[in-house]
Amino acid sequence: MLLTEEKILELSKKATDIRISIIEALVQAKSGHTAGPLGMTDIFTLFYFHILKHDSKNPDWADRDRVVLSNGHICPVLYATMAHAGYFPVEELLTLRKFGSRMQGHPHRETLPYVETSSGPLGSGISQAAGMALVDRMDGADKDRFIYCFISDGELDEGNSWEGIMFAGKFKLRNLIAIVDRNNIQIDGNTEDVMPLEPLADKWRAFNWHVIEVGGHDFTALNEAVEEAQAIFEKPTVIIAHTIPGKGVKMFERNYKWHGKAPNKEEAEMALKELKAYRPS
Amino acid sequence: MLNPKLKLNPKIFNADCEQVPTRKGFGQGMTQAAESNKNIVGLSADLSESTGMSPFTEKFPDRFVQVGVAEQNLVTVASGLAAMGKIPFCSSFAIFSPGRNWEQIRTTIAYNDRKVVIVGSHAGLSDGPDGGTHQALEDIGLMRMLPNMEVVNPCDALEAKRAAIALSKTKKPSYLRVGRVNVPIITTEETPFEVGKAEIYWLPDVGLAQVGIIVTGVLTSAAIFAAKELENPQAGGEGIKVKVMNLSSIKPIDKDAIIALAKETKKVVTVEEHQIAGGMGSAVAEVLAQNFPVAMEFVGVKDQFGQTGQPEELMKHYGIDKNAIKEAVKRIILRKQIT
Repeated sequence: MLLTEEKILELSKKATDIRISIIEALVQAKSGHTAGPLGMTDIFTLFYFHILKHDSKNPDWADRDRVVLSNGHICPVLYATMAHAGYFPVEELLTLRKFGSRMQGHPHRETLPYVETSSGPLGSGISQAAGMALVDRMDGADKDRFIYCFISDGELDEGNSWEGIMFAGKFKLRNLIAIVDRNNIQIDGNTEDVMPLEPLADKWRAFNWHVIEVGGHDFTALNEAVEEAQAIFEKPTVIIAHTIPGKGVKMFERNYKWHGKAPNKEEAEMALKELKAYRPS
Repeated sequence: MLNPKLKLNPKIFNADCEQVPTRKGFGQGMTQAAESNKNIVGLSADLSESTGMSPFTEKFPDRFVQVGVAEQNLVTVASGLAAMGKIPFCSSFAIFSPGRNWEQIRTTIAYNDRKVVIVGSHAGLSDGPDGGTHQALEDIGLMRMLPNMEVVNPCDALEAKRAAIALSKTKKPSYLRVGRVNVPIITTEETPFEVGKAEIYWLPDVGLAQVGIIVTGVLTSAAIFAAKELENPQAGGEGIKVKVMNLSSIKPIDKDAIIALAKETKKVVTVEEHQIAGGMGSAVAEVLAQNFPVAMEFVGVKDQFGQTGQPEELMKHYGIDKNAIKEAVKRIILRKQIT
């Protein structure tokens, strides 16, 4: 779908608001992941406000696109984006990781609308999304909607990931689109130090996927990548999105130490000040 | 005597009693269920024939998904299929599924509360010649610990068939445990089976039983043979009156039936082709310790791995055959009553 200048400005504002919500939720929670959610905010914003076929007033709509979040630990961006898209009150984000909250530390499908699966343990998302796409194939519905699977680069260390990637290639699941958050960090360090993934695009190609590489913060380029993926008819597509972990807050950016921790009060205040200063008007 | 209400197979004590592996019954039951429910689909990790799924794959090739030797993928793809309204049966050897992919089952099927039937074949010592690597003796424990998960371990091929049909209709995810080798057909087409219900298969001709044997899976026939011999002084028995309960449905567990048996006998022996730790006997002990504590003996594998051998040799070696059951009954008779 065409992305106008007007729409891009609207998405930029929305993305900033979502980043602010993420920081506000994390500082209240006192634990959780910071870099991944901020790095994926532009992509989530584009999907929930432009690409996905979904309806926050009717989350169980049978014809909806399906979203599988494989790396459940970046759920602050899922929750914040969904709140801004009308699935639940933005104030509820402040209950993140607290007792009795729907905003579980990692997503639980039974507590939230339009969350197709629970996730947290890594490497299982592609297989589940492939199973969903296979049902659309069996039922002749694979031209009517898309199954999107968000995965991290670190979880490509998992064997289960590659089992699912091989499976999707075998069945040529055309309505399956994976989006890799290629931010180059994982908990213990940079991905190429912990367990090298490169040549990553070649690996996916070897497993019979169509591969697109794109910058993860350029709405126009991302939108074009999704359109290309949707147009590929004979195989599943992976969009390797090169993102900046911690994007939007200078002290968090590109630093793996911010992968798995939440900002304290002072750090959050600095972050919020920076985000608000640069919010497009 | 065999419980006349259950219409059990009268030929059970004959030498020519029909013998069929429980995995075969599973395949027949799944296929029958699939005939009336088009949402039933099958998956296997390169073991569709060995696990007994062939009747289904031959009849419904378009509804069968071959995932290759990838058990983690097997159950996570099944979770995705269930999310879209299918009822997946996924089969492998029990040692690989749920052995290798337990966390994936936990998160994507049990925690998600997705209706998937996980079929673990070649369970217990029945995969004798393959040796200790392949003999799943921990799977009941692994699966009964999971919230939402139903666990069924049928006594013969006909019950396996009924169990596969029944599990295709329950709302919860489930684990169906089946074995490799021939075992006697002890039930008939008319014998009742219900998930969550235990039945008394053998009972004294008159009067109360002195010992209750609770058995699960393919050792049920051995438990019945043991009870018959213990009862009959002409066959060298001690005249001990025994009831044998078939606890094929381990979860949900039939608490009322277990407590009633314990109240009658005050002495309970559990029998399973599984580690004693965490298995069916442990589940029975959890019920009785909280409701009506009685003396118990556990017939099962005692914190050991299996090894290569014929199943019957292994059953004898690890102390889970007919004679081991008889010895356990004699031991418990001598023990002091708790309640």
